[in-house]
Amino acid sequence: MTPLLARPEYQRIFYPALVAVLLIGLWQWWVTAFEIPKFLVPSPLLVAQTLVVDAGLLFGALYTTLKITVFAFVCATVLGVLVAFAFVQSRVIETALFPYAVLLQVTPIVAIAPLIIIWVKSPTASLVICATLVALFPIIANTTLGLRSVNPGLMSYFKLNRASRLQTLWRLRIPSALPYFFGGLRISSGLALIGAVVAEFVAGTGGTGTGLAYQILQSGYQLNIPRMFAALLLITVTGVLLFAAMAWLSQWALGDWHDSEANHG
Amino acid sequence: MTELPAVEVLSVEKTYPNGTHALQPVNLRVQEGEFVTLLGPSGCGKSTLLKMVAGLLEPSNGRLLLWRKPVDQIEGSGHRLSFVFQEPTLMPWARVQANVRLPLDLAGVPAAESAPRVHEALAMVGLDKCAGHLPRELSGGMQMRVSIARGLVTQPTLLLMDEPFGALDEITRHKLDSDLLELWRQKKLTVIFVTHSIYEAVYLSTRVVVMAARPGRLIEELSIEEPYPRGADFRVSTAFSRYAKHLQDSLARASGAQPEGAPA
Repeated sequence: MTPLLARPEYQRIFYPALVAVLLIGLWQWWVTAFEIPKFLVPSPLLVAQTLVVDAGLLFGALYTTLKITVFAFVCATVLGVLVAFAFVQSRVIETALFPYAVLLQVTPIVAIAPLIIIWVKSPTASLVICATLVALFPIIANTTLGLRSVNPGLMSYFKLNRASRLQTLWRLRIPSALPYFFGGLRISSGLALIGAVVAEFVAGTGGTGTGLAYQILQSGYQLNIPRMFAALLLITVTGVLLFAAMAWLSQWALGDWHDSEANHG
Repeated sequence: MTELPAVEVLSVEKTYPNGTHALQPVNLRVQEGEFVTLLGPSGCGKSTLLKMVAGLLEPSNGRLLLWRKPVDQIEGSGHRLSFVFQEPTLMPWARVQANVRLPLDLAGVPAAESAPRVHEALAMVGLDKCAGHLPRELSGGMQMRVSIARGLVTQPTLLLMDEPFGALDEITRHKLDSDLLELWRQKKLTVIFVTHSIYEAVYLSTRVVVMAARPGRLIEELSIEEPYPRGADFRVSTAFSRYAKHLQDSLARASGAQPEGAPA
């Protein structure tokens, strides 16, 4: 064992990677040894080949899905933050509207997606709306909680110094809310992708669509299982990268001041 | 030392909306330049009283005057009060200098003017080398010093302190106690200090105000007639023990227990 491996940050990459290599090796061996037909389970090698051969098709689809995801994520963030600000301004607004935010959250998106796709003419816009609805709630909930989670001592201190509402918001509430907000972003980034894929499925069954979910549907109809696996792989990798990007953003923004990010210093 | 009352508490009482009688009517007068300690057990209303003096809480009854004016009218009188909380209550995301600068920022003091004052306040508490640190990088005692620097940066004439060293270890507490006395003498401050430590009260104060709980009330005032500066020797002197014993008995009597060694 090299001394590098004694360090936790390398362990965190090395051990999961080791598991991946083992599992993929086992999978490859199993498929070859038992001569599993490729329309049931393709070998990892074949999936990789498909990824290269169908690159134009698959990465084009990935671009479409990614576009919808990012759009929806941005919409959800902006909307969610606005709603959260409205909520903390007055208890009446929050009490009146919070149940509807929950309503949106608990209604399965597959159930309302067909309606939205019928109502909204542009396919991209309808997909973005669906994905936004899925990703919205964690941003609202976390940001609201954050804007309210102000250290009461500091709140008294601001009051004692006759700080204005705006000063209190800008210098106290917003910085206090940031860790919660970034927590919301992390959850929402994944949900935006899920929302985009689910909406594409619904749209795809209706015959429209070009995203990764549509590719998965089509591959299913054509029993092109290797391509299905390749599309699936792309979705998963995208989700992981989005999550990592949000974790990085959070680390960058909060730096070393917040407990949740300061475990290495 | 002028004989102007800095703080006048006139029949002030506090009842919370849930009916808890936190404080029975209290009369207290603090002269300019005094160091007065409110001493008592938890629930005696000492923090409540201090917060009412600061204007953080409204009294249910009675009047509070600072330099003969109501608390909310002292702006422009040349007098200013600062409040130091039990916790450092620093902004964890802001560096030490930004934390100390906060009251100046809130008052709209321009940066060019506030920078030297922040530096001066940090130098007073011996932390001018830590201006660029984050609060989490400092020890509890240092965080409390930052909090005191933030209290001093507005150049207050009245300093209200709510058990500021309660969470610190004894050695750090002793150090901060004597540093505080030094600042008080240098800046000719008026200080009202809340504590539940008899020894801290005796060491610091010109006068100790003893309070009792259930209901919160004022039971005794004791002048500590010892010259300043008070060194570490004072803490182990006979005079110190005598004052401490007196306060201890007084607190015990108020809570219903028999004072030790005293005839019933």
